[in-house]
Amino acid sequence: MQLSGWGNFPKAEARVSAPRDEAALAALVAEGSAIARGNGRAYGDSAISPRNTIDMRHFDRMLSFNPATGQLVAEAGVMLADVIDAFLPRGWFPMVTPGTKLITLGGAIAADVHGKNHHVDGSFRACVDWIDVMGPGGEVSRCSHEENAEMFDWTLGGMGLTGVILRCAIRLRPVKSGWIRQQMIPADTLSAAIDAFEANMGIPYSVAWIDCAAKGAHLGRSLVMLGEHAEPGEVPPRYRATPFKATRHRKIPFPMNAPGFVLNPLTVRAFNAAYYWKGARQKGTRIVDWDGYFYPLDAILHWNRLYGRRGFMQFQCVLPQDAAREGMQRLLSAISESGQASFLSVLKRFGPQDSAFSFPMEGYTLALDFPRSRAAIALMPELDAITLDHGGRFYLAKDSRMPAEILAQADPRAEAFAEWRRDRGLPASFASLQSERLHL
Amino acid sequence: MTVPVLILGARSDIARATARAFAAKRHPIQLAARGAEGLAADKADLETRYNVEVTLHDFDALDVAGHEAFVDGLPALPGIAVSAIGLMGEQAENETDPAKAVAVMRSNFEGPAVILGVLANRFVNRGSGTLVGISSVAGDRGRASNYVYGAAKAGFTAFLSGLRNRLAKQNVHVVTVKPGFVNTAMTAHLDLPARLTAEPREVALAIVQAVEKSRNIIYVRPIWRLVMTVICAIPEAVFKKTSI
Repeated sequence: MQLSGWGNFPKAEARVSAPRDEAALAALVAEGSAIARGNGRAYGDSAISPRNTIDMRHFDRMLSFNPATGQLVAEAGVMLADVIDAFLPRGWFPMVTPGTKLITLGGAIAADVHGKNHHVDGSFRACVDWIDVMGPGGEVSRCSHEENAEMFDWTLGGMGLTGVILRCAIRLRPVKSGWIRQQMIPADTLSAAIDAFEANMGIPYSVAWIDCAAKGAHLGRSLVMLGEHAEPGEVPPRYRATPFKATRHRKIPFPMNAPGFVLNPLTVRAFNAAYYWKGARQKGTRIVDWDGYFYPLDAILHWNRLYGRRGFMQFQCVLPQDAAREGMQRLLSAISESGQASFLSVLKRFGPQDSAFSFPMEGYTLALDFPRSRAAIALMPELDAITLDHGGRFYLAKDSRMPAEILAQADPRAEAFAEWRRDRGLPASFASLQSERLHL
Repeated sequence: MTVPVLILGARSDIARATARAFAAKRHPIQLAARGAEGLAADKADLETRYNVEVTLHDFDALDVAGHEAFVDGLPALPGIAVSAIGLMGEQAENETDPAKAVAVMRSNFEGPAVILGVLANRFVNRGSGTLVGISSVAGDRGRASNYVYGAAKAGFTAFLSGLRNRLAKQNVHVVTVKPGFVNTAMTAHLDLPARLTAEPREVALAIVQAVEKSRNIIYVRPIWRLVMTVICAIPEAVFKKTSI
């Protein structure tokens, strides 16, 4: 069948199997060139192998929960949304969550995803106690910081290229309500936005939406959104009796691929300006529900169709702390000068990160999306070069188009990872279009 | 009312989804299948997700002589029993291999009908209960492509209809479920049209709703009622020459 990531590019004809037990999974792995796929939310080609893509969503059982420690043991195909459904009513929330809950635990581990709390809690890895990984011969090994530690290290952020993640033990976070105390800080410039991040390092959640279309004196104007889990007493009165209950948002399906003219520099500019001024009026503190705070885009099913049939590209890099101010300024100038404003742009402060091949590092990350237009494609090498100049690196879960040389220059760990894979004979067993493109 | 729910044929995708849908509404769950110890992970899943009590029970639908003893062995007589027992088989094999044809007939008609009959009598004695039989649109009209399976399902549909008629005055309700195409292990090898194909979870939610609202016969996707009405309306002289 024709398969693509969330960005609808690239599309590839792929054989997809959906095994229901370990024996069937092992038989598929034995055929080679296998890549496990979760809910298909990686943007590019991370979870596509034309010969042997393995859909893991039948492995969706939760196996145990320990209320003393908050440790949940679950199969890799369980989705974060299921975890929230089952445990938020009991006062638990994922320790780390990206901007969508429609991802599997296996995918979260393979991409070592991060959330709005990276500067305090680190990446998804920080909540993983152990994982069970199936190797080329169908053998399953338990990996943790103590046991098979090397395998554990490379699998977190290893994009499914170390084996098939079968099960995991993750720790959830106790929360007192399903509500978030959100503080909105309008920042008129990039520098003001960074100052706001630096001044609020103790607040658990922080993220900024950037108006990438703003120019000149307004370059990098942002809405910095801080958040903390609210106390039961802060929950709006009509929900106070059931502080964990979600306020049901209706899901709006995006009906079809939008025609190409919907997103053009003019509409994007207008949307971004309107969004900024609407947000600036909401300056100050409000209590918002978890679903709207963490997962605004999940309310629109198939929002990726907004970009039309040609799909879209994500660009996400991180720049080290000492180079971030200058580097971000240059990235934003390049984007704004190109006229290729990104529809949704996000800036976020990362805290320290210690891991073998995960994306984050201490500094600032910028995430952008662009329709796959010729002008936007032409802009990518420029953004790559600025990132390299400032010692930054790239997020593989978002990547669909980076040349192997760029990854090699940005991230010396890539060659070490490839070598580690070769030493174990893994490239024949586990491969994706991305791993082949990037020579991993 | 959170009465225990018995799921017969608990290993199937529809059965698993149905168990989850009832457990989400806080019903204790009894999972019954051959080799029930193999369902340990499903038991753990239901307990972990929904904090409900789950028990596993060995059950062989074809061992009809053992059905009374099976029901005696349950920790409590369930308030709701769902039969998800079924075997699609291969039509071509069913045409040439009598043993295979018999297995399909017995798995889709004899086994499910006998166990629901046994449970029906117990429910009547108690004076309450709901029986759910998962039958099939294939039973609405025999077609060349799967008439052995279809005939057995037709028998089961008729059995459920008669059972519902018999029990209507005794406070025991019978629901007939005709799922249409479902994206399951049973159909993984088939290329099914997306609009006509339900996910197991859709079937499960439809079953829970049908039980709560005491519906009689449900098609999971409404379009199937139309499709089957049309198929059943075609005159036999024409129908026999078609290949649907």
